[in-house]
Amino acid sequence: MSLAIPFKPKPSILPGFGLSLGITLTGLSLIVLIPLAALLLRAASADPNEILELVTSARTLAALRLSFGAAFLAALLNAVFGLMIAWLLVRHEFPGKRLVDAAIDLPFALPTAVAGVALAAIYAPNGWIGGLVAPLGVKIAYTPAGVFIAMVFVGMPFVIRTVQPVLAEAETDVEEAAALLGASRMRIVFTVILPGVMPALLTGFVLAFARAIGEYGSVIFIAGNVPMVSEILPLLIVIRLEQFDYAGAAVIATLMLVVAFVLIAAINALQGWTRHRLGDA
Amino acid sequence: MSVTVTVEQVTKSFGAYPALRGVSLAVQPGELVALLGPSGSGKTTLLRLIAGLETIEHGRVLFNDTDSRRLSLRERRIGFVFQHYALFKHMSVAKNVAFGLRARPRAERPSRPEIAARVAELLELVQLPGLADRFPSQLSGGQRQRVALARALAIEPRVLLLDEPFGALDAQVRKDLRHWLRALHDRLGHATLFVTHDQEEALELADRVAILNDGRIEQVGTPDEVYDMPASAFVCEFLGVTNRLPVEVADGAALFNGTAVLGLPDRSLSGPAALYIRPQHLGIVAPDGAGLSGMVAALRRNGPARHAEIAVAGLGKTLDVDLSNQALPAMGERVGLRVARGAVFPAPRDAAATAGTWPAEKA
Repeated sequence: MSLAIPFKPKPSILPGFGLSLGITLTGLSLIVLIPLAALLLRAASADPNEILELVTSARTLAALRLSFGAAFLAALLNAVFGLMIAWLLVRHEFPGKRLVDAAIDLPFALPTAVAGVALAAIYAPNGWIGGLVAPLGVKIAYTPAGVFIAMVFVGMPFVIRTVQPVLAEAETDVEEAAALLGASRMRIVFTVILPGVMPALLTGFVLAFARAIGEYGSVIFIAGNVPMVSEILPLLIVIRLEQFDYAGAAVIATLMLVVAFVLIAAINALQGWTRHRLGDA
Repeated sequence: MSVTVTVEQVTKSFGAYPALRGVSLAVQPGELVALLGPSGSGKTTLLRLIAGLETIEHGRVLFNDTDSRRLSLRERRIGFVFQHYALFKHMSVAKNVAFGLRARPRAERPSRPEIAARVAELLELVQLPGLADRFPSQLSGGQRQRVALARALAIEPRVLLLDEPFGALDAQVRKDLRHWLRALHDRLGHATLFVTHDQEEALELADRVAILNDGRIEQVGTPDEVYDMPASAFVCEFLGVTNRLPVEVADGAALFNGTAVLGLPDRSLSGPAALYIRPQHLGIVAPDGAGLSGMVAALRRNGPARHAEIAVAGLGKTLDVDLSNQALPAMGERVGLRVARGAVFPAPRDAAATAGTWPAEKA
């Protein structure tokens, strides 16, 4: 992911390097880079003291913690269950398998607001599941737990869809070899299978994590949006926008951008390392 | 240390497809046996059944006197080398080789220094010292094969099973590894069973060769036995007997177009049959009208040997003659052919003399 362009591209028999690079960079600029630059400019136009105050305010920090914390936990849960579901779909036959396989992509297709409303209805104290746990004194909807559940929902397909093809391609003879060498089932899973899918699992984790950080539609319906408790960062941005405080919105957005960038870069570095260990083959 | 592996009347099918139809075979300690056959003949299935990677339907597999079903994969102590090596890609060579030792239950697991010493010893044995820290992706095919073998030997197996051990290697490496494997086997003294579809490999390497066809063993014997005394038409064809002549057997002789071409000691056979003749057992003689006669249709060089293709009168194809020990005929010359040796089997259902399309099932 280096943006450095070599001064003299290596001579290649494939034509069109200049053209394709030009088109790619233009597209990327128009859609991603220029809007992000505008965002930074907008944020920079705010008064430095105001920026500092906004960024360090308790409400912003609480929302920051919730957004990234819940997204991280949701991605973690998705990684574990996504791996299990992918395993089930690749290695086992069961009735209705194709239906389950198709249903996994639904969170992609469903408008997230619809998902939010549905989740809120089920997990609210008078809903099916919310009603079950309400007598125990547990509240899911309108708490950080609700935020977490919405984020799990929208992030679920990513891990499954990234891990599934890798598991399908994995040679079972490696597992047989391990078994004949005397390894227990658990040992095979942890020392043979998991390391092989690790890069894909991390990719899926990053995608699910990124998706959860940016999720707005489904979360606000189930979160209850109580300041300092169940308010996510994207909501803070929208609140600023509704007050016509564009600079403030841009500042919070930039904060999100920077934190997300650092975290994702770190995970990508980890992923690069696991890939390197697998070698080029 | 090593055990006798006995396979008794084992059958196995995948769905409706029978992969093995009652196979029996015994491999003694120190013996190197080749399972030879075309793809789909069941040879890999047999190997996997012995290893315990497939379940047995009927029959049984014994390790000495113990039924294999009473043994877990770990207890079988089988060294298995997979066709594509199945190395652990994310582990170094040393970790790969150490895997079987580290996977032992804590009570039986050697200490770290012991494992390290054993790994070094094994890498020395497979002639790969100094590669301990490489990853499989950084090795050549031949090197990966040796790592796979070292990994299999680490658990001190009682039986060594190799699935197409040289299948993915180029010709020169194959040859070198073949000799090396034979020497290694002689040194370690396991009961070793390897699968191959290459008859040359099987005949050169093995003490005994089991030839499989369509889920059955057609013949088991030393390389000399199967080569010189093939037990069936299939074995003849599979071991490269290229000349097949439709004959009529009567009164202890094989007749082609009414002329006797070969006398047969076995008088029990009669009726239509197929006569198999190796190229080196056809001699070129003067065309006196007796026996086979034909015309030299082509002359070609095949490695060290020269061959002639003789278009035989009354036969729709040419016969392949090895000219190593005889004078070179001229192109187009009329010659007679004398059959020095041959094997006769009752004709298959399709009487058409088209080599290579042997019926899959014999009635």
